[in-house]
Amino acid sequence: MAAENIKHAFFCAVITLIIAYPILGLNLIPSGAVVSLEGADGSTIAAIIAAAVVVFLFQLFRDSLMARLGFLSRVNPLSGREPMPQHKRARLESWLLTGIIVLALFWPFFVSRGSVDLATLVLIYIMLALGLNVVVGLAGLLDLGYVAFYAVGAYTFALLSQYTGISFWMSLPIGACLAALFGLVLGFPVLRLRGDYLAIVTLGFGEIIRILLNNWTHLTGGPNGIGGIPEPTLFGMEFGRRIKEEGNTSFHETLGIAYASEHKVIFLYLIALVLAVITGLIIRRFMRMPVGRAWEALREDEIAARSLGLSRTAVKLSAFTIGAFFAGFAGTVFASKQGFISPESFVFLESAIVLAIVVLGGMGSQIGVILAAIAVTILPELAREFSDYRMLVFGAAMVLMMVWRPQGLLPMRRIHIELGKQG
Amino acid sequence: MLEVKNLSMRFGGLLAVDQVSVDVKEREIVSIIGPNGAGKTTVFNCLSGFYKPSGGQILFEGKEIQGKPDYKISRMGMVRTFQHVRLFGNMTVVENLLVAQHRHVNTNLIAGLLKTPDYRRREKQSLERARYWLDRVGLLDVANREAGNLAYGQQRRLEIARCMVTEPKLLMLDEPAAGLNPAETKELDYLIVSLKEDYNVSVLLIEHDMSLVMGISDRINVISQGRPLASGTPEEVRQNDHVIKAYLGEA
Repeated sequence: MAAENIKHAFFCAVITLIIAYPILGLNLIPSGAVVSLEGADGSTIAAIIAAAVVVFLFQLFRDSLMARLGFLSRVNPLSGREPMPQHKRARLESWLLTGIIVLALFWPFFVSRGSVDLATLVLIYIMLALGLNVVVGLAGLLDLGYVAFYAVGAYTFALLSQYTGISFWMSLPIGACLAALFGLVLGFPVLRLRGDYLAIVTLGFGEIIRILLNNWTHLTGGPNGIGGIPEPTLFGMEFGRRIKEEGNTSFHETLGIAYASEHKVIFLYLIALVLAVITGLIIRRFMRMPVGRAWEALREDEIAARSLGLSRTAVKLSAFTIGAFFAGFAGTVFASKQGFISPESFVFLESAIVLAIVVLGGMGSQIGVILAAIAVTILPELAREFSDYRMLVFGAAMVLMMVWRPQGLLPMRRIHIELGKQG
Repeated sequence: MLEVKNLSMRFGGLLAVDQVSVDVKEREIVSIIGPNGAGKTTVFNCLSGFYKPSGGQILFEGKEIQGKPDYKISRMGMVRTFQHVRLFGNMTVVENLLVAQHRHVNTNLIAGLLKTPDYRRREKQSLERARYWLDRVGLLDVANREAGNLAYGQQRRLEIARCMVTEPKLLMLDEPAAGLNPAETKELDYLIVSLKEDYNVSVLLIEHDMSLVMGISDRINVISQGRPLASGTPEEVRQNDHVIKAYLGEA
């Protein structure tokens, strides 16, 4: 244990004190019109000091502690095993996915309404993340404004239903195609950009869309948003207690069952599930098609790809457009689920969360992205007990994740096309 | 087939290529040689469209191609390799060849999603073409390995195979023998000649290995410090005083 270790540990402890005391130790107490600052009570201060001591001790003995942790990998019988052969892995993967989907189909009938609602949100995030995965994970284009396409999909449905009374099912392809068109239009100017520059431009585009929605008051209602977005119907059957639109019938009357508000929630969940599965399957096929190979080739070596006659324009635009298309999908479902949308729902944080899902899951890996979407959406809900500190818990989980598995939960291991024996 | 007239390339104040002319006829192997830094690769970059030449004319099969985007030139049938091998390292050997055949496959997204008969047929054809070329360059055994894990000599051959599956008319090889041992260079020698003999491709070659250049070239262009120094058959070039001076220094 060198002297510099003590110095380092001492420094860390001081930083802990400096950061923790103002955050945890000081409270703003409103009393009438004025707000007064109140210091912490003895127990909080003791806790903060204890935390600093823990940090100090941990940093002091860090090296030996970490060395001890090394035995953990020996305990794990799966570590250092040969990777599974590709065809076996592919089969396992598809069985696993089928199992999850079947489970997900029946699951909502046995749980509370709140869980189904949350699960619908998870599915929307899965759709978004799978779409962004095409752009970031497969084509290697860092897009920080992905939420813009989500907004386009949501607003397309909201506006069309408000002005023309179009239904959810009609609006789903329209919203997705319009989002894809926006992806195409954005794609053109950013083709030459790469890495940081691309990230900045797409970030700007995301903000432009949000600010436009905010300020184009007479069309979009500005910050007031748009309400009264209709729910999806099932062959003309509505899920509300009373029928809103002429010519429709209501679900519970047609089937002759008692009205229950869960029906609507479960129906929305199932729609989201089906769309998420479709998204996953389509993208899965894309990955093995010429376009998927072209994305990967361009990501790995742009110059070599171009020298073989791949057009950078076409390849990058296709990734952008397809990614945006599925964001539009997700946006339409989101608008229908919420019944009300405003620019507030499409802030940069949403882009960041979706990107975090893709990175956490492991770039390019579909199962990883699905797991990460579940984790990222549900973790803050589980951490509700920590009330104010839940974002802190969430952040800590992210940091730990990046320290231990920087490649993501399940990094992509692509299914290679194999050349069989002569045949 | 390829006519380059008075090609010039200027980077700011530096005239990297000055009035270079090259001529490649059908079924001919033409080499460009010259000391390091002479501007050979710059000529290649101009021809393949990575640089927009500052002056001169490039005619490929009678059509002007100077300033055209690289991928269009490649689609016309002029495909190149690189001085430092540029493979798609995370893709398998056979996938490298599939990427190169995107012009021959059905790239229609809907057709691919539905696996239409045409899509399947073309995918199968491209796999067969890949198999043929892997067999041709002796890489069939490693077809399903990741390209980045191949030995250097194998990577070189894969790069040539990757060009050949695009069915080019003119193959441009930038120092294909760099980093190869004498036995591998010998194999490469046979391969290049057979490409010309069996598949009617013309070859434009940049190379430092003189035994290779002198052995297979129909004609040789020598450039030094961006300027053309001499051109002619291997025999003529070998005896040219300027060339001897440039390579060996003044006596």
